[in-house]
Amino acid sequence: MSSTTIAAAPGSSASGGEQSQQYTTFYVAEMFFGVEVLKVQEVLRYQQMTPVPLAPPVISGLINLRGQIVTAIDLRRRLGLEPREGGLMPLNVVVRSDDGAVSLLVDEIGDVVEVNPDLYEPPPENMLEQAREMIRGVYKFPDRLLLVLATDLAQQVESAN
Amino acid sequence: MDENKEILHEFLIESYENLGRLDQEFVALERTPNDHGLLSSIFRTFHTIKGTCGFLNFGKLESLSHLAENLLSQLREGERELTSEIVTVLLESVDAIKRSLASIEATSQEGEESFGELEGKLRRVIDQKGAKPVAKEIVEKPQAAEPVPLQAAEAREAGREEAVVEAGRPAVADSNIRVDVALLDKLMNLVGELVLARNQILQFTTLREDAGFAATSQRLNLITTELQAGVMKTRMQPIGNVWNKLPRVVRDLSANCGKQVAIEMEGADTELDKTIIEAIRDPLTHIVRNAVDHGVEMPNVRTSKGKPPSGRLYLRAFHEGGQVNIEISDDGAGIAVDKVKRKAIQNGLITTEQAERMSEREAFRLIFLPGFSTAEKVTSVSGRGVGMDVVRTNIEKIGGVVDLQSRVDRGTTIKIKIPLTLAIIPALVVTSGGERFAIPQVSLLELVRLEGEAVARSIERIHGTPVYRLRGNLLPLVHLNEVLETRRPGAGHGSTADEVVNIVVLQADERQFGLVVDRVNDTEEIVVKPLGKQLKGISAFAGATIMGDGRVALILDVLGLAQRARVVSERRDQNVIEERDQDRLEQAGEDRQTLLLFRAGVDDRLCVPLALVARLEEFRRSQVEWAGGQEVIQYRDQILPLVRLHEVLGLGAPPERDPIQVVVFSDGERRIGVVVDAIIDIVDDTVKITNEARRRGVLGSAVVGGKVTDMIDLHEVITAADPQWFERASGGKAQRRRRVLLVEDSSFFRGMLKTQLEMARFRVFEATDGQEALEKLAEHSVDVVLTDLEMPRLDGFQLVERLRQDGRLGQVPLVAMTCRPEERERGLSAGFTEFSSKFDRQGMLETLERLAGAVNASAKVGNEVHVPV
Repeated sequence: MSSTTIAAAPGSSASGGEQSQQYTTFYVAEMFFGVEVLKVQEVLRYQQMTPVPLAPPVISGLINLRGQIVTAIDLRRRLGLEPREGGLMPLNVVVRSDDGAVSLLVDEIGDVVEVNPDLYEPPPENMLEQAREMIRGVYKFPDRLLLVLATDLAQQVESAN
Repeated sequence: MDENKEILHEFLIESYENLGRLDQEFVALERTPNDHGLLSSIFRTFHTIKGTCGFLNFGKLESLSHLAENLLSQLREGERELTSEIVTVLLESVDAIKRSLASIEATSQEGEESFGELEGKLRRVIDQKGAKPVAKEIVEKPQAAEPVPLQAAEAREAGREEAVVEAGRPAVADSNIRVDVALLDKLMNLVGELVLARNQILQFTTLREDAGFAATSQRLNLITTELQAGVMKTRMQPIGNVWNKLPRVVRDLSANCGKQVAIEMEGADTELDKTIIEAIRDPLTHIVRNAVDHGVEMPNVRTSKGKPPSGRLYLRAFHEGGQVNIEISDDGAGIAVDKVKRKAIQNGLITTEQAERMSEREAFRLIFLPGFSTAEKVTSVSGRGVGMDVVRTNIEKIGGVVDLQSRVDRGTTIKIKIPLTLAIIPALVVTSGGERFAIPQVSLLELVRLEGEAVARSIERIHGTPVYRLRGNLLPLVHLNEVLETRRPGAGHGSTADEVVNIVVLQADERQFGLVVDRVNDTEEIVVKPLGKQLKGISAFAGATIMGDGRVALILDVLGLAQRARVVSERRDQNVIEERDQDRLEQAGEDRQTLLLFRAGVDDRLCVPLALVARLEEFRRSQVEWAGGQEVIQYRDQILPLVRLHEVLGLGAPPERDPIQVVVFSDGERRIGVVVDAIIDIVDDTVKITNEARRRGVLGSAVVGGKVTDMIDLHEVITAADPQWFERASGGKAQRRRRVLLVEDSSFFRGMLKTQLEMARFRVFEATDGQEALEKLAEHSVDVVLTDLEMPRLDGFQLVERLRQDGRLGQVPLVAMTCRPEERERGLSAGFTEFSSKFDRQGMLETLERLAGAVNASAKVGNEVHVPV
């Protein structure tokens, strides 16, 4: 009954088909995030990046994904968090977008999880605004909270120059 | 001819395809005779062939397919059942059409074969069912095209023979297939990947000492190169595909302008990538239109210059150094450098000093700046607010450059250089700040390497800006690290003895500059990949590519980089124009004017537009004489009547001065002197009207130079001195005075314009709004109407509408006074003939004179639309 998911989750992505019940999960700082499995093209270990001068700091660089040039966005910076500690290599969650693929840099990759729509709730109002706008909602797992990332907003970067 | 061939070719491919499908469809139809969709499809095929043949003038084919179509129509309308006899005769028709097509393909002509017998058969079948109306209609047609049956049989033999001869060669349909462009794009991408993989493998080769591996990778290298060329070729199209449309454009346009222009082409088979072909279509058309419209002169003008009456437009395309060169030349009026400079100064694009320093070539480049147009008029055909700046932008967008050369009365040549393809380009790879960057070879001029002593010696600084003397010319230097902000300005390039400076000399927009990089690596073929939308805004980069080692490198956008480093000032120029436009919009009812400020009587600030003033003179009082009850002075073999301004204006008499100051006005033949107390100044200022309340001799008050100043009404002042001055203005010239209706609600502007017009010997009728204008037009006939747009009661747009509806007055040229581009756009469609600025006196007078003259000469106006800029 995926339709109930949408009904019960105002503000959640309209693309909530049956398959989107599955989430690819990952960690950024202490936060546990999920992205609909269908939106994820692939998950990659650390990739060499070419920095882009003059670009906004959110953009970490460009990576070569089998001949395709993909912009890497540092989710930590995008969420307004502390920069990654030295030595910690970010991982790539490559998500599809209208404009080709974009890589989201995360700290650690989790499992693909199945979620129960009944556990859904919108994000709390008092979150840091920069982060709140990118979180569609929250699934209440027994031991932790899964934050649903709005991938389209996560890759929005105020245009440079 | 080429165009015809192309159409023919398309017709053949399409017809073969459709006919090929017909065979199957007929077979299917026999199985399901009542399939309406199938019948319709077959019907359409014949219908299309009939239509196209009619168009291409293949009479026999047309008549045959017409008959077949009629028969099918009966079937489709359900008037009869499908029989095998019908199918047979239809299939025979298909075969006959195919034979005819083969002949057309071979000779571009219909074969000798006549289809008399077959047509007879068809007609019989049609007549079997009493569908008389259809049959009747066709009976008439074939008679003309039908030879006697005996001849037909012979001819058919001949036709067959021909077909047999041709059988050895593959037909168009066999040797061509249609491929989706998307598939070609995908193939191109894949080849790009392959090129990258090949580059990577070649790098490995250098690291390994394996002969077998080296040989294999060498073969891979060759195959890849060939494949790349092959795939690129699939996307190539001859430039003729774009050119083919131009003769028609030129024909229509020159007919429209009353000019004669012959177009010649060379190198129409020069091939270009499909995407580039599409990208240059509009710029090319624009240039050609410009050449016909502004370049080539009218036949009588040409004859008077000793040129043949017919202009010549010459298009040439050729490959050179991996690029395609396109040249568009005309032998028209050419462009005067001075005029270009003057216009640029006028438009605020450059300063007078800059203009003086500018070379001819640089000056011509100004034409490509936004907000520039040399043509005194932008006509409906090449105008519409699109200038050469758009042409340049479009060409530069595809990595091309455009250049203009011109000689007055000899003509103008525009040269365009564009890359063959956009997907894979040769580039120079450099390192800066530890990262590699690719610089498109198109912009690369040369490399300079300075070592040790030479560094300190040859890099000089002008106010902190480093420059290098390259063969005597100063080359501004730009540090890539600094432009890209990967290193703080000034840090780390003090000139130590062991330093090496690599200068990449680049060309950006006709300006050369030296890009200082850490290291120059190599030249390489790179595959251009677009940047994601997050990075699109960074003008310094044109894209990215993947290097041999698999890492990404950014491709520098040389122009963007130069602009960022402010080596070329386009952005600044653009801002100037934007600001100017902004000002204009804000000012709406005002603009800059050069005014002569003077004093008369108690009024210590009076002014008059300097444009109206012929001379400023000083005379001794003793020179003043009396003639006919008027003060006069002998001046340049004429008698100059004098007017004392304070008297006309009713101001108190000032103390007599000696010498006296006289402002001389002239209408070209006669002069009149206005005596003022003192000349104060000449100022260039915007005229802000504060008060329009009229008093004798004054148009109104305006703030000039921060102070309230009265603008004198020259018309009244002169009339006061000599009531007949303007009436007598017809002067010695036989020409009748042209009559203009001036429609303007502001009495200030009306007065000012009236004076200007009268000084230019126009007979002026005035109206305060559109309504009054209509009334005036009913009373007087005029040669031209000059109108404001914003007016009470009936505004300019409504006026033009009413006039254009009116049959009799519809011919009168209408000039609207506006400087707002969006109003021009709207005005053009509303039916205005031209536009003028209230403040461009010279331009306005020229426009009016031309239009009024045109009416007198040959009541033919209206299909030629001029817009002065």
